[in-house]
Amino acid sequence: MTADSTRPAPEAPAGQAPPPGREGEPILRLRGIGKNFGAVQALAGVDLDVPAGQVTALVGDNGAGKSTLIKTIAGIWEPDTGQIFWKGQPVRISSPKEATDLGIATVYQDLALCDNLDIVQNMYLGHEVRRGWLLDEAGMETGARRTLADLRVTTVRSIRQPVGSLSGGQRQAVAVAKAVRLQAGLVIMDEPTAALGVSQTALVLDLIRQLARRGVAVIVISHNLSDVFAVADRLAVLRLGRIVAAGPASEFDTQTAVDFITSGTSSRAAQAPAGGGTSGPEG
Amino acid sequence: MATQRRDAPGLGEAGVIAQPPGVARSGDDLTLAAAEADLLAAPELSGSLAEYARLWLKRVRGGESGMLPVLGGLVLLVVIFQVENSKFLSAGNLTNLLVQAAVFVLLGMAEVFVLLLGEIDLSVGYVAGIGGVIMGELTGYPLSLPWWVGILAGLAATTAIGLLQGTLVTRLHVPSFVVTLGGLLGWEGVMIWLVDRDGNATGGTIRITNDIIYDLVNGNLSPVAGWAALAVVVAAFAALAIMRDRRRRASGLAAPPAGLTIAKIIFVAVAGVALVTVCNLNRGVGLQPLSGIPWIVPIVLALLAGSTFLLGRTRFGRYVYAIGGNAEAARRAGINLSRVRIAAFALTGLLGGAAGIVYASQLGSISIDIPGGTYVLYAVAAAVIGGTSLFGGRGKMVHALLGGLVIAVIYNGMGLLGLGSAAQFMVTALVLVAAATVDALARRNRKTSRAA
Repeated sequence: MTADSTRPAPEAPAGQAPPPGREGEPILRLRGIGKNFGAVQALAGVDLDVPAGQVTALVGDNGAGKSTLIKTIAGIWEPDTGQIFWKGQPVRISSPKEATDLGIATVYQDLALCDNLDIVQNMYLGHEVRRGWLLDEAGMETGARRTLADLRVTTVRSIRQPVGSLSGGQRQAVAVAKAVRLQAGLVIMDEPTAALGVSQTALVLDLIRQLARRGVAVIVISHNLSDVFAVADRLAVLRLGRIVAAGPASEFDTQTAVDFITSGTSSRAAQAPAGGGTSGPEG
Repeated sequence: MATQRRDAPGLGEAGVIAQPPGVARSGDDLTLAAAEADLLAAPELSGSLAEYARLWLKRVRGGESGMLPVLGGLVLLVVIFQVENSKFLSAGNLTNLLVQAAVFVLLGMAEVFVLLLGEIDLSVGYVAGIGGVIMGELTGYPLSLPWWVGILAGLAATTAIGLLQGTLVTRLHVPSFVVTLGGLLGWEGVMIWLVDRDGNATGGTIRITNDIIYDLVNGNLSPVAGWAALAVVVAAFAALAIMRDRRRRASGLAAPPAGLTIAKIIFVAVAGVALVTVCNLNRGVGLQPLSGIPWIVPIVLALLAGSTFLLGRTRFGRYVYAIGGNAEAARRAGINLSRVRIAAFALTGLLGGAAGIVYASQLGSISIDIPGGTYVLYAVAAAVIGGTSLFGGRGKMVHALLGGLVIAVIYNGMGLLGLGSAAQFMVTALVLVAAATVDALARRNRKTSRAA
């Protein structure tokens, strides 16, 4: 596990031109997803492919439809039009539980942790392991330790401390570990670094990379473009309920991303993909 | 979190899992390395008894004082009363104190279930009254049903009341404060109505004629039986503690050092021996010898152990804490909030009913003059004095035991000093506010230390 740590993993066929989804079957595929709230059209036919083992960053301005889109995937509400394909199969996701059962875990901004419970208790909440009628504390602690070790979360003093005593980054890590423990194939993270300081942000970004390395598909929503470029393999720009640009992160840079977010087009980007991805990878 | 130790003795015992690998990306190497060095784990449990003591001290200073304040307050009260009246620590008075504490402890335990959810039950005093009245009517003249029928019927009725109130709170979203405030009024009415129906109740009082029920509180175990019971309890406690440690070690997890476990077992044994010794002293007045542990002591301890087990070792208990901590997180985890909440209210009714039966047994009668309103406040006070939070998620059953003992000590000590209920109410109020203040200060301390 040391060799892969020196380079971004997994190997993405860099410089491939769109259309997306060339690198094997995407675990999640959205086709023509539309959602209206009354007269307001929140999503207007979204097409998106989310490949396993990669971090897909969903960016866009406020009101672009990012939250609506992930809530559609997470089963909070159903789309009005369009089709969701999960592992190649068309699925209807009509409740959060159905999403969880499929293997779609969402880490919301508020993390949904119980501050008064410890890390192990939070990670197993709702899925406790029991021996007979009693909770199998030793078994759960072992499992929690293994998951955290897999994710290389090494910064917690004891996994028996209440989550309320953890830092923001550590709480984020616990929320992610909870999703991983449920064998999620797709983890959606809503603004994972929004409330964090510099060092905590670095920890969380590293955690996201660990997730992808384990073969999990990750969707990250973020306003912070430097975080996005630090972590994402792919970028999808949402504007006014439509995907206006999507592709390997290396084909974007901050300026083109901002262009797409604000105006939906980019004069620079129009040339860049045509040139076969000549724009250098943005760190 | 920024002030963690960087030297890490006994790495690998707990907490620390693996050395973090190099950083994958360019860009953040520096910050990430700094973050990891700063937060590099130090194990919480490194094995030695001294290490445990140090960590415990650190936690106390960090605001997690746990039960220390209430234990300190209890000792302080005992010392004050003993100085003022040397009879306070006599065998007769101590045994009496335990008996007096029983109702407060049971009511406090009942209240803990709903307090942990962030709810409250203001009706539990009169619900207790209904339990006592139903038990008294069924076992008294003319029905004279067996003692266990009376107890089961009383408990069933109060549990049903808890279910009803819990359903109103959960399904109809009426605040528990309002539902149970209605209960505080309504169940007193129902209780009076029940007693009025009973032609054999004189002056609103039903006498307890069943000897077994009377002896629940007023009867004693024989001295030998007391020692035998203690031996069983200590052996069971020791076996459970040792088995748990062994299982954790077998799973490769950190277990407390053997010294700590042995110390705990010795502590329980010593406390038990002290209790049994005091209760087995002859406390008879005049020629009539009287000794032995009152039955109510093991009964309350068994209910305490059962409730503690339910909260700490079962999924139901875990969900109660989760809902009290963050109901939305519990809901998203797929927990059926309504079921857990209704069950908690039902358990409050169950333990409240037990308190009412004990109350009737203690007095040898149950009357419509039961101070249900005062008792419900004592119930909340017992839980809060012990350290249970009113906002949910924090608290233990043992808090009700300690808080109930504090209230009983004040009640008993004030009586010994010949001070009336005026002084007793005021002192209880001071203790309650002091307990809440200590908790609030400790929490503020914890918040600031976390923010730093």
